[in-house]
Amino acid sequence: MSVPVFYYVILSAIVFLTGVVGVLIRRNIIAILLSIELMLNATNINFVAFSDHLQVIGGQVFVFFALTVAAAEVAIGLAIIIALHRSKSTINVEAFNLLKW
Amino acid sequence: MAYVFFGYFAAMITITSILVVVLRNPVYSTLSLLVMFFHVAGLYITLHAEFLAAVQIIVYAGAIVVLYLFVVMLLNVNRDDRYHSQSRIAVFVSIPLAIEFLVLLSGGMGAARRDPAAMAVDAQTSDNTLTIGKALYSTYLFSFEVASLILLAAMIGAILLAKPHIGKHEDKDMPQAPGAQ
Repeated sequence: MSVPVFYYVILSAIVFLTGVVGVLIRRNIIAILLSIELMLNATNINFVAFSDHLQVIGGQVFVFFALTVAAAEVAIGLAIIIALHRSKSTINVEAFNLLKW
Repeated sequence: MAYVFFGYFAAMITITSILVVVLRNPVYSTLSLLVMFFHVAGLYITLHAEFLAAVQIIVYAGAIVVLYLFVVMLLNVNRDDRYHSQSRIAVFVSIPLAIEFLVLLSGGMGAARRDPAAMAVDAQTSDNTLTIGKALYSTYLFSFEVASLILLAAMIGAILLAKPHIGKHEDKDMPQAPGAQ
């Protein structure tokens, strides 16, 4: 008796929405990056759940690649944060409006 | 039994992911994210993806969270920051997402409950790591090489971005040259 894949989709949607809300309401850049991690994990849960449901290994391989991209994104993002903090000594996103329309 | 495990992991994942967004202190947010990663790894084990559970703990909980904590403590951002109010963008983003969530809640019941198609690879009976390795080095070989390139580019980019004054190095050396004083 296994859990239907529908429950996993709902769980993933909840985590993804939490990540979207976090990106929108937080002002700390580190918290925004953490919210992006939440969204990536939500998609990973979906991939693994459907990989188990459909008995296809490709979903798990794709999670592997998503994990690679997440690691690269964290490295680049944190380097950008350090560079921003060095130039303006704050990481509040409202202090950075040079590229705003 | 499967429902008990799923319920526990799902509840913990939901609570900790909400805590990541709600908590004001970035250190607490990161630690909450760490707890969430462990529970996602547990969820992977219940989904017969043992290799991914191990990789999740090693890469996410081991490397990424440590990197986050390092930066949080390096920058010393313990200031209490208020929440952002971006109502226009929030409306544009949240209305399609809310509609999608409602569609998922209403229509997903029947569509997702089809019989598992017994396709080529039986991930349950055979060794999970062996199956992933075979797929990774045969079908997805090109993607695997591209992933290594992505990691190389990210490493070079991170070093270049985080290194202080990389463009001004020559300018700083120039006045020191003979004849400058």
